[in-house]
Amino acid sequence: MEFFHKVTRFPFMNTRKVWYGLSAVLIVGSLVLAGVRGLNLGIDFTGGVVVETNFPQAPNLEQLRTALAKAGVAGAQLQAFGSSRDIRVRLPPDPNAKGDQLGARILAVFTTVDPGVRVQSTSVVGPQVGQELFVKGAWALVATLILIAIYVLLRFTFKLALGAILAVLHDPICVIGFFAVSQMTFDITAISAILAVIGYSLNDTVIVFDRVRERARTARKLTIAQVIDESINQTLSRTLMTKLVTLLVVVALLVFGGETLHGFSAALVIGIVAGTYSSIYISAALALDFGLRSDDLLERKLTKPEEVDGLP
Amino acid sequence: MISYPRWKIALVAIVILIGVLFVLPNLFGEQSALQFAKDGGVLDEGDRVAIEKLLTDKGVVPTGAFLDQGRLTLRFTSTEQQLKARDIVAEARHDQYTIALSKASRVPEWMRNLGLNPLKLGLDLRGGVDLVYEVDVQGAIKQQLDHEEQDFRASLRNARVAYQDVVVDYPKDRVLVLFRDADSFAKGKAAIVADNRNMTFTDTSVGGAPALQFEMGAEEIKKREDDAVQQNIVILRNRLNSPELAVSEPQVARQGVNQIDIQLPGLQNSAEVKKILGKTATLEFRMVDENDNPLEAAATGHVPLGTKLYYTRDKRPVLLKREVVVTGDELTDATFQPNGQDGPAVSVGLDSRGAAKMLKNTQENIGHLMAVVFIDRSREKNAEGVDVDRTTEYVINQATIRGVFSNNFSITGVNPVEGRELALLLRAGGLAAPLTPIEERAIGPTLGEKNISQGVDAIVFGMLAAFLFMGIYYKVFGLIADLVLVANVVLLTALLSIVGVALSLPGIAAVVLTVGMAVDANILIYERIREELRNGVSPRAAITAGFERAFSAIADSNVTALLAGLVLWLFGTGAVRGFAVVLVLGIGTSMFTSLMGSRALVQVIYGGRRKLDGLSI
Repeated sequence: MEFFHKVTRFPFMNTRKVWYGLSAVLIVGSLVLAGVRGLNLGIDFTGGVVVETNFPQAPNLEQLRTALAKAGVAGAQLQAFGSSRDIRVRLPPDPNAKGDQLGARILAVFTTVDPGVRVQSTSVVGPQVGQELFVKGAWALVATLILIAIYVLLRFTFKLALGAILAVLHDPICVIGFFAVSQMTFDITAISAILAVIGYSLNDTVIVFDRVRERARTARKLTIAQVIDESINQTLSRTLMTKLVTLLVVVALLVFGGETLHGFSAALVIGIVAGTYSSIYISAALALDFGLRSDDLLERKLTKPEEVDGLP
Repeated sequence: MISYPRWKIALVAIVILIGVLFVLPNLFGEQSALQFAKDGGVLDEGDRVAIEKLLTDKGVVPTGAFLDQGRLTLRFTSTEQQLKARDIVAEARHDQYTIALSKASRVPEWMRNLGLNPLKLGLDLRGGVDLVYEVDVQGAIKQQLDHEEQDFRASLRNARVAYQDVVVDYPKDRVLVLFRDADSFAKGKAAIVADNRNMTFTDTSVGGAPALQFEMGAEEIKKREDDAVQQNIVILRNRLNSPELAVSEPQVARQGVNQIDIQLPGLQNSAEVKKILGKTATLEFRMVDENDNPLEAAATGHVPLGTKLYYTRDKRPVLLKREVVVTGDELTDATFQPNGQDGPAVSVGLDSRGAAKMLKNTQENIGHLMAVVFIDRSREKNAEGVDVDRTTEYVINQATIRGVFSNNFSITGVNPVEGRELALLLRAGGLAAPLTPIEERAIGPTLGEKNISQGVDAIVFGMLAAFLFMGIYYKVFGLIADLVLVANVVLLTALLSIVGVALSLPGIAAVVLTVGMAVDANILIYERIREELRNGVSPRAAITAGFERAFSAIADSNVTALLAGLVLWLFGTGAVRGFAVVLVLGIGTSMFTSLMGSRALVQVIYGGRRKLDGLSI
């Protein structure tokens, strides 16, 4: 079986304004949504208390809320997760909160509603932890981008590198947009998913660029736009196939991995889709608009005659 | 014939075999178990029989019982039985035992002796409590400065130099010794410098009078902070490993600059452990001032020179001499003896310095009263949520020195609860700096099991999807890729078992992601081979070219993911690090299996054929 028996001839470069437009809509939309709706930050970032309970049969949330309010547990948010029998209680950060006591207290209140209830997990995070984590996460993001930028710069010319980095930036923004729309809990594992996606999605870009460089040297008669188009089309089969299989696996994670990994696997799915899109439609196109010429790629041939060849 | 060096095929075979060997222990699984510890003592055969009878009467029969180092371990067939047994014992013998849920490995003895151990599971998979404490490094600096202040005073006193005062200036991390005139300054400086040769002092003046200044430099401060965190880790470890607490395999590790992460697998109720962890109890031995009236001092508030007013537990005032004979730091050992001659006692051992001081003191003071002072510093939040250090000091007992003793003696007058805790805390040593809890996560055992089964499902279904796709899309080569995928997961599991990294739920996610990326590498190779075939190259040449030329692409696609993985490893803690470790190791195994393993298999299948007309790709 083969989906791409013949090399495709999609005019990616001529239509790039359309793709830019789509990307612009996605980026602006994501940022606006994140600004307006905000992210549903997990207690990793906000601090606070989360108690997860399991009932023998689906409880009435209203009844639980009233029971908690009556017992003087203030500001509790109740939410079913996974199944309707699993109830998550979230409380704002409280400097005097002691994890084991709060868990026991909530259990006591819930027991009055249904004696069969069990506490599955309790998490207490101090407010200072969240702030620290936020800073750490931001640093990790910056460090990854810098390292990858250095790598791409060493591997390619400045214009290509710039295109690659801008295209890579596009992906985490889309993921954040998704979290703003879905209001899924954005926690520290979502950030690690974003970083993994950045590293993972860049390799398509690298492979396209490799091919561009190879073609620019051999097909001297073509314009650089034609070279780029040809390269993307030639590598399209492997770009899509690899991403398709990875998506299959990650979707299995989303479906079977359980509630704890939902945010993580969702971030991976969105990130991989966005990453594939940006490495096909955006990265090389940006390099072209930054004024990439065939000569830029030839110079390097002189300094590095035995450069690795491009790839299918 | 396609050539591929035989030694490479052999290498792949050997590596995979070793991998399988290391994966084997994981197939035996674990058994639910309960661990019992007794308050203030060790469990014996009698306890074992009693507990077993208690359980058997209620229809919960343990499959095994082992006594080891005063702790009892009972094994059960299921988590359900285990939890039931815990509830039964906890109810029937309330407060008598501390009980921890644990997992006992079913791996045979000989395998463990060969160093073959199953994967460690993270708390999210096996249940337990995760505590994160912040070390108050500022407090450690403060303690150090206070210590220097005491030292300087002692030097001056010994040299009989008159001085105005010794002040600690906390915000500037310095100690100032104030003198009245140049003469005493010169003498005092000489005395202090003689006693502290490795410290640097600067001359200064305060309000026109000469003063000597000791300032902690940035380097010293950093060293002190590091020491404080490290020392606290050692002490917390000691406390957790004491038989009085039923905690199996506690993990204590530094996290970031000033945090300590404590993982307590199987533990459900952290209250008992937290009470012990945050404590900074210690002892001081002081002579009693028998010449003055403590009641009068307490009533007037006028405390005679050279003494300090203390109270006993029942609020009776006692006047003690200011000089400390021996402090808790000089203790080397402490054991609680519930049934001593004069009631419960803590028998203590002193180090050589402490023993020498105690010897001298008892020789000089036979017939006089010596007191033991209990000091407990704990950190609490007040109504505004601000940390407040609270010090509780009281006299445990006063006893007449009847004979000369030095390094071994007993302290009587403690109550059983206090004695047990005191012995534990004294033995473990005092915390170098106060601890504040900042994070706590408790995961129930059933949730852990649910997480495992969901994680395994995700891996199985993810791999199944990849298997089917590869088999259909690339035929024989796809099947090769499938075998390679299995090898990849085997090697990754083996590597994780060897390295001993605990596998967490995000770690499982990383395994799944690695499977995706390993498929990726195979697709790169096969697409290249197809392209070569399309260009009319012979099958043999296509295979060789496919593997060779895809190499740089595979390397490229992994370098960037590796960079991201390494950053996560460095920046991340807990779950994130668990993800990063597996991701980085997985990239390594997937590169090995796709490049060498896959090539070796192709060689085995197609290599021997004299004539190769086509490839099933």
